[in-house]
Amino acid sequence: MSGMMLEESPTTSGEKISNYTINFGPQHPAAHGVLRMVMELDGEIIERIDCHVGLLHRGTEKLIEHKTYLQALPYFDRLDYCSPLAMEHSYVLAIEKLLNVEVPIRAQYLRVLFAELTRICNHMLNIGAHVMDVGAMTPNLWVFELREDCMNFFERMSGARMHHAYLRPGGVHQDVPLKLLTDIGDWVDKRLPELFGDAMSLVMDNRIFKQRNVDIAVVSKEDAVRWGFSGPMIRAAGIPWDIRKSQPYEVYDRMDFDIPVGTNSDCYDRFMVRVQEVYQSARIIKQCLAEMPEGPVASLDRKVVPPKRAEMKQSMEALIHHFKLYTEGFHVPAGEVYVATESPKGEFGVYLVSDGSNKPYRCKIRPTAFSHLQAMDFMSKGHMLPDATAILGAIDVVFGECDR
Amino acid sequence: MAVLHSAPRYAPFEGALETLSAALGAMLLSAKEEHGEIVLTVKRESIEDALRLLRDSHDYQQLMEMAGVDYPDRPERFEVVYMLLSLTRNHRVMVKVSTDEATPVPTVTTLWPNAGWLEREVFDMFGVLFAGNTDLRRILTDYGFEGHPFRKDFPLTGYQELRYSEEDKRVVYEPVKLTQDMRQFDFMSPWEGADYILPGDEKAVAAPPPPAPAAVPTPKTTDSPKDTGAGAKADAKAAEKTDAVAPAKVEKKAAAKKPAAKKPAAKKPAAKKSAAKKKESGE
Repeated sequence: MSGMMLEESPTTSGEKISNYTINFGPQHPAAHGVLRMVMELDGEIIERIDCHVGLLHRGTEKLIEHKTYLQALPYFDRLDYCSPLAMEHSYVLAIEKLLNVEVPIRAQYLRVLFAELTRICNHMLNIGAHVMDVGAMTPNLWVFELREDCMNFFERMSGARMHHAYLRPGGVHQDVPLKLLTDIGDWVDKRLPELFGDAMSLVMDNRIFKQRNVDIAVVSKEDAVRWGFSGPMIRAAGIPWDIRKSQPYEVYDRMDFDIPVGTNSDCYDRFMVRVQEVYQSARIIKQCLAEMPEGPVASLDRKVVPPKRAEMKQSMEALIHHFKLYTEGFHVPAGEVYVATESPKGEFGVYLVSDGSNKPYRCKIRPTAFSHLQAMDFMSKGHMLPDATAILGAIDVVFGECDR
Repeated sequence: MAVLHSAPRYAPFEGALETLSAALGAMLLSAKEEHGEIVLTVKRESIEDALRLLRDSHDYQQLMEMAGVDYPDRPERFEVVYMLLSLTRNHRVMVKVSTDEATPVPTVTTLWPNAGWLEREVFDMFGVLFAGNTDLRRILTDYGFEGHPFRKDFPLTGYQELRYSEEDKRVVYEPVKLTQDMRQFDFMSPWEGADYILPGDEKAVAAPPPPAPAAVPTPKTTDSPKDTGAGAKADAKAAEKTDAVAPAKVEKKAAAKKPAAKKPAAKKPAAKKSAAKKKESGE
């Protein structure tokens, strides 16, 4: 309590009231995980926030150094468990960049299709949680319906609802049934716009929702750049920066979509950018479904991608490749790359250092939440205590990814 | 090399390597472009100036990431890598410095406020010091953690584990006890640079031992019967010829009985002696 300003209380005569410090989290429903914020409050005004992260640190990067490239892939699902495919995406692209291996066009379409479905799935969770953090219950229940639909699609895609391990270096693990693609098409055409539109109509122009979000945590363009913002956070600040558009990967350069940007750079803009992104993702999904060609779903380079099991039963060479790739794994040429993709939360990067062996020498993961959460202090300064939950909800933070 | 992969494609920046190298001038140690990535290694002392130059004069506005890498074999074992992004040029570049456990790297929190946590993370994980960072606390590891876990010489299991103790009603820290070995499979092909020795290969690695008798420290001789290594002489009875026609069963029984039968035979000389003594005393 030393060094804090003591001031005369207007109500109690003569008594001094000093700032006090409270703990927000680590177990708090609005902390979106295990975040501990040591808040210094002056009454109900936030003076300073010291975020303590790392309570979910599992040493993923160290574990990856002890696994082959393929074995390390499922760790990425467990980083941001709300958008697992987006995490895998950066990793497989980093490996492919080092290997310089070509991914068949159908696999690229499948990746983009499910990456966008992941984006919708992630935004459903975040939008719902953000709305609930500031007091509305119903929209969260509605968008969770949509999230459940996404999960069911993912289950039909890979067999797993959350930890897919679907993207593999050189392609995707398996082709999807045609019925799944048509079902996704129907869902994007009918159910998503209806239910999502209904849910959003409850909050977008809602007076309480606006009072809680408009003009909260305004960040200037300059600050957004200085603090290393990315994703919806930088777009809400009015900077039309989207890696899918500016540094296109896979088949994003063939897609026709818009980048929603904010004008006011407050929590409401961040929310609305995400709402619009859901519609843009739906557009991309429709284009993928319309344009997706037939063909192989993984590279035919047998030094990277193992052959199918059926092939393995017939061919000696396929058997050897299968065995070698699932035990020793493939070797990646020595070098270092930094590959960043547009995850639903922002720029998710992987800095991969290879020494030419079958295991990564170093795999540094750039979490989106790190720079955003670091700005929590300056964004919340001068706001009220309940605004902290709105700010946190608008950051869209997941601690599996932040703490790694 | 033709680009086959589908990783993010930046805007083309012709002659980026030359332009940036020339701009950095004496601050630059080496520059390379590999796998489509531009990597500039600069002098440790001038990292802040180099990054300021890149930020202000070359439009690399954002510091997206800082990574530490540990190369224990090098004299300066740590590398700190700064990933810069230019929003206006749509280009990325990596800037590197190297350091060791004791030498601090100048902080870049003066240039980007988000460098604070990034430096804290590198410090936490590798123990790299950053001079000028006013808040160099640990960030990801536990409160009161010791050591720097991402160093290559830090074991994967760590040293401490914690559990909830029912007796003490609190979380206790204990040294790591593994009930079974860590399962570390190294599937590297033994022909392509695996760093372990296959069972039996240690014999092949040693120089083929020359069959020189001089190498044996004490030459084996048989000067006396005890040097032969043979035991005591077999019992005289063993030399006796057994009855060839006796059935095997009987022979076995006889063999089993032998020790018992032996006793009186062994006593015989003693008995004789006492008899002789008696004789003497009797006289």
